[in-house]
Amino acid sequence: MNLYELTIHEAHNLLKSREISSQELTKSVLDRVESVEPRVGAYITVAGETAMAQAELADKAIAGGNITHLTGIPLAIKDLICTKDLRTTCASKILENFVPPYDAFVIKKLKKAGAVIVGKVNMDEFAMGSSTEHSGIKLTNNPWDLAYIPGGSSGGSAAAVAADMCIGSLGSDTGGSIRQPASHCGVVGMKPTYGRVSRFGLVAFASSLDQIGPLTKDVTDCAVLMNAISGYDAGDSTSVPMDVPDYTTFLKEGLKGVKIGIPKEYNALPGLDAEVSEAVKNAVKTIEGLGAECVEVSLPHTEYAVAAYYVIAPSEASSNLARYDGVKYGLRDKGKNDLIEMYRSTRSMGFGSEVKRRIIIGTYCLSAGYYDAYYRKASQVRTLIIEDFKRAFKSCDVLLSPVAPTPAFKTGERAEDPLKMYLSDIFTLSANLAGIPGMSVPCGFSTQGLPIGLQIMGNHFNEEKMIKVAYNFEQATDFHNKKPKL
Amino acid sequence: MGAGDQGIEEMKITKKEVVHVANLARLDLDEESIGKFAEQIDNILEYIDILNRVETEGVAPTSHAIFLTNAFREDKVKEHLDRNKALANAPEKEDGNFVVPKVIG
Repeated sequence: MNLYELTIHEAHNLLKSREISSQELTKSVLDRVESVEPRVGAYITVAGETAMAQAELADKAIAGGNITHLTGIPLAIKDLICTKDLRTTCASKILENFVPPYDAFVIKKLKKAGAVIVGKVNMDEFAMGSSTEHSGIKLTNNPWDLAYIPGGSSGGSAAAVAADMCIGSLGSDTGGSIRQPASHCGVVGMKPTYGRVSRFGLVAFASSLDQIGPLTKDVTDCAVLMNAISGYDAGDSTSVPMDVPDYTTFLKEGLKGVKIGIPKEYNALPGLDAEVSEAVKNAVKTIEGLGAECVEVSLPHTEYAVAAYYVIAPSEASSNLARYDGVKYGLRDKGKNDLIEMYRSTRSMGFGSEVKRRIIIGTYCLSAGYYDAYYRKASQVRTLIIEDFKRAFKSCDVLLSPVAPTPAFKTGERAEDPLKMYLSDIFTLSANLAGIPGMSVPCGFSTQGLPIGLQIMGNHFNEEKMIKVAYNFEQATDFHNKKPKL
Repeated sequence: MGAGDQGIEEMKITKKEVVHVANLARLDLDEESIGKFAEQIDNILEYIDILNRVETEGVAPTSHAIFLTNAFREDKVKEHLDRNKALANAPEKEDGNFVVPKVIG
């Protein structure tokens, strides 16, 4: 077996028993990146030298008897999470040369735990997109079939995990940006409860929806990374001061007595692919077979979620992205002598078309005369969506659904139809509107050989229930053991 | 010409409004983008209209999905970034300050 194929927990056991060193492991991952990156295109920045230096430190720590579950483990970080002295571009021309002077809270935690940062991975510009095609830097291909998109916006993270170009990864999820690429690339991805993981140092897209989370090769690794990044941070005023359980302890529990909710509205949604529907139905049967009980639940406002989301998210984005003005950091058109002209020219040169489109939608929705009709209305519908979930979780522990209505689509196929792209987020974005956690676990393959994911959603701060269901399902199936041929 | 040029009076957003909103957001758009955005955004806004089917009389709007209300801290100076580090990414700087084009003529 090649070292780069290891999971976090497998690598940890070998590091702990001194059968391998972090330097060997990191070198193996870097060699793998070098060999497959021209085809996959997952990385924006590979930090080979600093990664090897971190690996050397990790080996010293291990030799001194100091080992955490992440000591010496090579990880890839989505390029909108700030890493001190390591370029963080948000896959945007406007931040192409931005070098953060500080670490995000989660990066501080990972570094303290002794993790190795291999580099920064690709995404849709400012996380706006579902295919990573909106990256202003490069294209990422799905490792299972290079003609297909990896999903997005955390497409680089998902592709890097699937192609063994890292041992684990961090992404961010504003409307499905961890779960959907995880589903399309056949890996595990979790969006935690809003407030569970600090957003300090996460470049803002839509602040009331954004959340950082792990993308990993299996559910155990998801629990390990969740343990590492969760917890209160005074630096994020939306961070929740609540104790974090050890998520790995829930892996051992069985599913007896667990109630699974199946939202009845989800089956009636237009555009649901027959193979995806079949794979999810089979997954539900498997989980029932493991002792869980299924109940039908209703989320009556489901059909309004996309519309509410595509008012709220662009509105928040238009406000957040006002900071890119060519003054404090990033690109600047130095040829302009007038301040307003400089703003306009810099922003027009720096932002890609999807970002501009969303800024315009958001500015429109917030502009005088339209605020009540759009933003206020969407925020009221958001309340109704939250109430739907509250009601549903009275009769079940977790909800099961597809992650995306179809497997990955071909690169370029939806580039000119933004609305069609937005509609594909229907199963995932409700969780962001409601602030609840959601995860994707591999549950099948299309006849074309593209991965399909099962979504598990839980109530606020119920990640452990999702992890328990996901782990039992994973152990009863072998989808997670399949690897793309590269 | 594209389909977006038909039935202009029924559009939710016109090319003129796209230009106005882009101006508010400090964005310059070329003729081609104005036409494309008007058509695409019009489609999106038309879709968003389904929200009007939902009865929201008396429903409080949500801006924050979890139970936290406010996070207060003491107004005390804490550790902060060194001035030079804070300025390190600035496209133009001088004597520890950001440099901008002349604002007042």
